[in-house]
Amino acid sequence: MTARAIADAVRVGERSARSVVDEHLAAIEAREPELHAFNLVMGDSARATADAVDAAVARGEDPGPLAGVPVALKDNLCTRGVPTTCSSRILEGWEPPYTATVVQRVLDAGGIPIGKTNLDEFAMGSSTENSAFGATRNPHDPSRVPGGSSGGSAAAVAAGFAPLALGSDTGGSIRQPAALCGVVGVKPTYGRVSRYGLIAFASSLDQIGPFAGTVDDAALLLETIWGHDPLDSTSIGSPPAPLGDVPDVSGLRIGIVEELTDVDGIQPEVRAAVERAAAGLESAGAHVERVKVPSCVYGLSAYYLIAPAEASSNLARYDGVRYGLRVDGADVAEMNAKTRAAGFGAEVKRRIMLGTYALSAGYYDAYYGQAQKVRTVIIRDFARAYESFDVLLSPTAPTTAFELGAKTEDPLAMYLSDVCTIPTNLAGHAAITVPFGTGAFDLPVGVQVLAPALGEPDMFRVARAIEGLAP
Amino acid sequence: MSARLSRTDVEHVANLARLALSGDEVERFGEQLTVILEHAQDVAALDLEGIPPTAHPLPLVNVLRPDEVRPTLDREEVLAQAPAAEDGRFRVPRILGEAP
Repeated sequence: MTARAIADAVRVGERSARSVVDEHLAAIEAREPELHAFNLVMGDSARATADAVDAAVARGEDPGPLAGVPVALKDNLCTRGVPTTCSSRILEGWEPPYTATVVQRVLDAGGIPIGKTNLDEFAMGSSTENSAFGATRNPHDPSRVPGGSSGGSAAAVAAGFAPLALGSDTGGSIRQPAALCGVVGVKPTYGRVSRYGLIAFASSLDQIGPFAGTVDDAALLLETIWGHDPLDSTSIGSPPAPLGDVPDVSGLRIGIVEELTDVDGIQPEVRAAVERAAAGLESAGAHVERVKVPSCVYGLSAYYLIAPAEASSNLARYDGVRYGLRVDGADVAEMNAKTRAAGFGAEVKRRIMLGTYALSAGYYDAYYGQAQKVRTVIIRDFARAYESFDVLLSPTAPTTAFELGAKTEDPLAMYLSDVCTIPTNLAGHAAITVPFGTGAFDLPVGVQVLAPALGEPDMFRVARAIEGLAP
Repeated sequence: MSARLSRTDVEHVANLARLALSGDEVERFGEQLTVILEHAQDVAALDLEGIPPTAHPLPLVNVLRPDEVRPTLDREEVLAQAPAAEDGRFRVPRILGEAP
């Protein structure tokens, strides 16, 4: 049952929110021990919230567009009084004193937070194996990863634990796991969704977005959470244009990005899915051509300088003073260093080291400064492409889900799984992944639709069309 | 530009980042960061003379809100999450008297 169908039924009293929640909690109980999608299942509070929704309906009130719909929340989204860990020992047991804007908007729309989902520690990773609390497994094949970093949210939707989930996407952390788990994932335009209450990783790249089983449900959740928020100074002020509900692509100009489709190591089935989707769009009346966005090939290198640099600064706040873990030392500096050594996992330390190095005296211009200039070039190249095309098309990830442990000893190989998603974050643009059949080992494949800043309406039209064409 | 990180480089960066690394970690991070920085040479080697840097994708500057008195986080609730607190403040180890 889609989220929209659940909300429609709950709003008119055909179904109780409580029965919806109980059904999903039963699904969680049955398969969560095997998959570990959640750091915390919020059973009691979900039931209480559902009862409040049902009481509102009984009083003749409308609880809102997400009435009674369970929503899984990535465990880097703050909810007042609910443990929020970022899957890190350094925040274990921390209860935020405030609630993220997106979580508040879900609650205000009648939605029901059902749990906090597992992630790569501080959202740094592409497999959800970098969690201090154990890896999440892919519902399609539990010997494989769900992708990452929002692997818990992707797995929760794919396993039927919740019809909707929220994640965050800094270099592909919504889209890549959505593709690997066979669900829809959206990275909205930078600034479109408030980051207030999202624990920061790389502030100029981070963006919150929805996971859903269908494009329409993803639109429902995005329209609930987006829009200006005075609590986030990078929030866009103009009101969002409605996403509409038609899959009509006639007359749209769609470009297949060569540099993101001909990447090294791409599986032939993944490339074939993009070509098949493109052919279908052409039959549906779109104008499809290949297009070059040359600087995309430098996206990965630029990202792995910029994101760690911003992370090394953002994560300086975990110093054992105001929240989370403290390991005692003879003086403050020793306390800081011992706390951070004990609290952070290997990947987080690696990125803090990389970022600190890229920002340090003597290397700033060569690494961080160069990467920032590459970012400008990528933005210019996309602008040129969008003069001739309304949206762009590419694979979401070069491969289907890989086995647990396959890339944990080789950080660079892991980073390469983000190669198709990173340019969108560097440019601050929007992108969506839509499941499109299966590839290697009969595992889900995702096709990515990219759009310029604020291009979500066209992007969703194409995504709806691709969903209708999917095998 | 050489991207090979020596043990001294790694220890220097770890100190800047306030990370007490073990001997094994210094070794391993040295090797791994070298590999990652070698990959980044494609960016470091580009001629980007005259291209302005992008720090942020939005053209927003000096975003201000009305200067109104509003409730903020509850002090007791915040301090309840601290590793150590005393008299309404965060408690930390001795700072004054450190060398040099």
